Amino acid sequence: MNEYSRKILKVPTYTLLREQDISKQPVLDVRNLGIDFGGLTAVDSFNITIGPTEISGLIGPNGAGKTTIFNLLTGVYQPTRGSVLINGIDIKGMPIHKVNRLGIARTFQNIRLFTDMTVLDNVKVGMHNSIHCSFADSMLRLPAYFKSEKMSNEKAMELLSFMGLADEADVKAGSLPYGIQRRLEIVRALATNPSIILLDEPAAGMNPSETAELMNQIRRIRDTFHIAIFLIEHDMNLVMNVCEAIAVVNYGRIIAKGTPEEIRQDPAVIEAYLGREEGKA
Amino acid sequence: MKKILNNKNTRTNLITYLVVIVAFVIMQTLYSLDMLSNSMKGYLVPICAYVSLAVSLNLLVGVCGELSLGHAGFMGIGAFSGVVIAALLKDVIASDVLRLLCAMVFGGLLAGALGFLIGIPVLRLRGDYLAIVTLAFGEIVKNLVGNLYVGIDSDGFHMAISTSRMELLEGGTYLIAGPKGATGVEKLASFPMGFVLVLLTLFVVLNLINSKEGRAIKAVRDNRIAAESVGINVTAFRMKAFVVSAFLAGMAGALFGMNYSSFTASKFNFNTSINILVFVVLGGMGNILGSVISATALYVLPEAMRGLEDFRMLLYAVVLILVMLFTWSPKVKEKTEVVSEWVKGLFYKLTGKKEVGVNE
Repeated sequence: MNEYSRKILKVPTYTLLREQDISKQPVLDVRNLGIDFGGLTAVDSFNITIGPTEISGLIGPNGAGKTTIFNLLTGVYQPTRGSVLINGIDIKGMPIHKVNRLGIARTFQNIRLFTDMTVLDNVKVGMHNSIHCSFADSMLRLPAYFKSEKMSNEKAMELLSFMGLADEADVKAGSLPYGIQRRLEIVRALATNPSIILLDEPAAGMNPSETAELMNQIRRIRDTFHIAIFLIEHDMNLVMNVCEAIAVVNYGRIIAKGTPEEIRQDPAVIEAYLGREEGKA
Repeated sequence: MKKILNNKNTRTNLITYLVVIVAFVIMQTLYSLDMLSNSMKGYLVPICAYVSLAVSLNLLVGVCGELSLGHAGFMGIGAFSGVVIAALLKDVIASDVLRLLCAMVFGGLLAGALGFLIGIPVLRLRGDYLAIVTLAFGEIVKNLVGNLYVGIDSDGFHMAISTSRMELLEGGTYLIAGPKGATGVEKLASFPMGFVLVLLTLFVVLNLINSKEGRAIKAVRDNRIAAESVGINVTAFRMKAFVVSAFLAGMAGALFGMNYSSFTASKFNFNTSINILVFVVLGGMGNILGSVISATALYVLPEAMRGLEDFRMLLYAVVLILVMLFTWSPKVKEKTEVVSEWVKGLFYKLTGKKEVGVNE
């Protein structure tokens, strides 16, 4: 039953058949999504489809509505218009924890770890729904409790070592350096056994060498766990190198979609980032 | 065994149980040798009750991170319902211990059920609102019970909430007589039962903290949004902590009540709630052994100073302030760390083990 280890042990990096993915049901299917805050339209007619093992990026200038979109996808906000389907199921009206159980996990722009708990416990909280141990089991310390604790410890340690955090297992999460906290957030999200993971500025505050390592890790996560990754990032080097598809948003609307190469040359994107040339306005 | 002892949580828990058991054995020995003063004997049961109350409140305040100011309300519910049950079962169950146990369980269940009921609306609130509502809850309980009449006469069982006295038939007895409170209570509580209650409380709370549920509760405390995002039903886990805490407080209340021949509802007022909160804060948020020790010390302290009359509460306050200052001072923390390292070193020397540490 040890799903993680099975995945880690077989690492079938070269068996990723992207053509196969296309025929499969998309993990994330967003149709005409929109939200108004009072009179302000923060996001409007946002459409995106993400396949089972795709790495996609969401970029745009500050205040374009990127994090709002993530909040809509994870059920933090209820959309005014449109729908979000995760693995084919509409998340409409669901509380956040139920949306997560459909197979979507996320990290946060401003890190949100369980600061007073150890690194290992942070990951085990992430595994909460896959630990099968009833209230009575844990209150009476029945064998099921010890079994589930042992299994979750092993799984959590595997995940931690996958991201190179095994040495930190007993440290309080709040006392970790910034870059490691970001990685721990990713591990915690992975622990929920998602089919898509949303990373909100994973490279923020990292130096170039840490960012390079992160890029490798993002690819390894996809290749090992066979999950889709959808990330917001300002670091263009990371986005252009890692993502297979990119959506650019500005003022809550998609202004361009495509491969990194297409995005780089898209006039609308250049305009959003650099402004219009004088005289052409 | 060695592996178990290497786990820090398990070790701390074992120490907690050990401290409580040793303290009980010592006090019980002194008690049977008749070496305790009469006043000290009188403190034993309330100490047990307050230790349970402090530990259960710590589950809510320290572990779950919710400020509750109505713990005395749950205690009061347990006390009054326990007294009624004990009196009703008088003819059915002969054994005092069993009757007390029934009373405690019923008191706990009723408190837990009420905790669940008020939890439904309250736990949707965040932050200070919970404190306000629990404060109001405590006051409501106190005032309701202050006007509650429960009695038995030849017609059977009577219960009424009214401002005027409920009349019973000739020969009837009041179990709860409004503002006069519970009267003619059988003193069923005993120190061993108190000890059992403390052990039960520790068992429940410590097992809860170190389980999947406990991790979820702590996660909700540390970061609500992140906890939701990893699939934890935040409201459900706050509710679990709230109900368990109320249940234990109800049990402790029943024990506490059955230690006095009569008591009034005003005993379970805001001051009592605050006192329990003080035990928790001074013992350390989330630190269970700390709650046990501080509840004992801080209950005995003002009682032991009764001879000082008016200066009693003043001194109590001074002690609280000093303890706060000392435990928070970084210099004192440094010194205690040195001492604890020294004790650890001594322990490893004595047991002949090498220190499990960084340099291995």
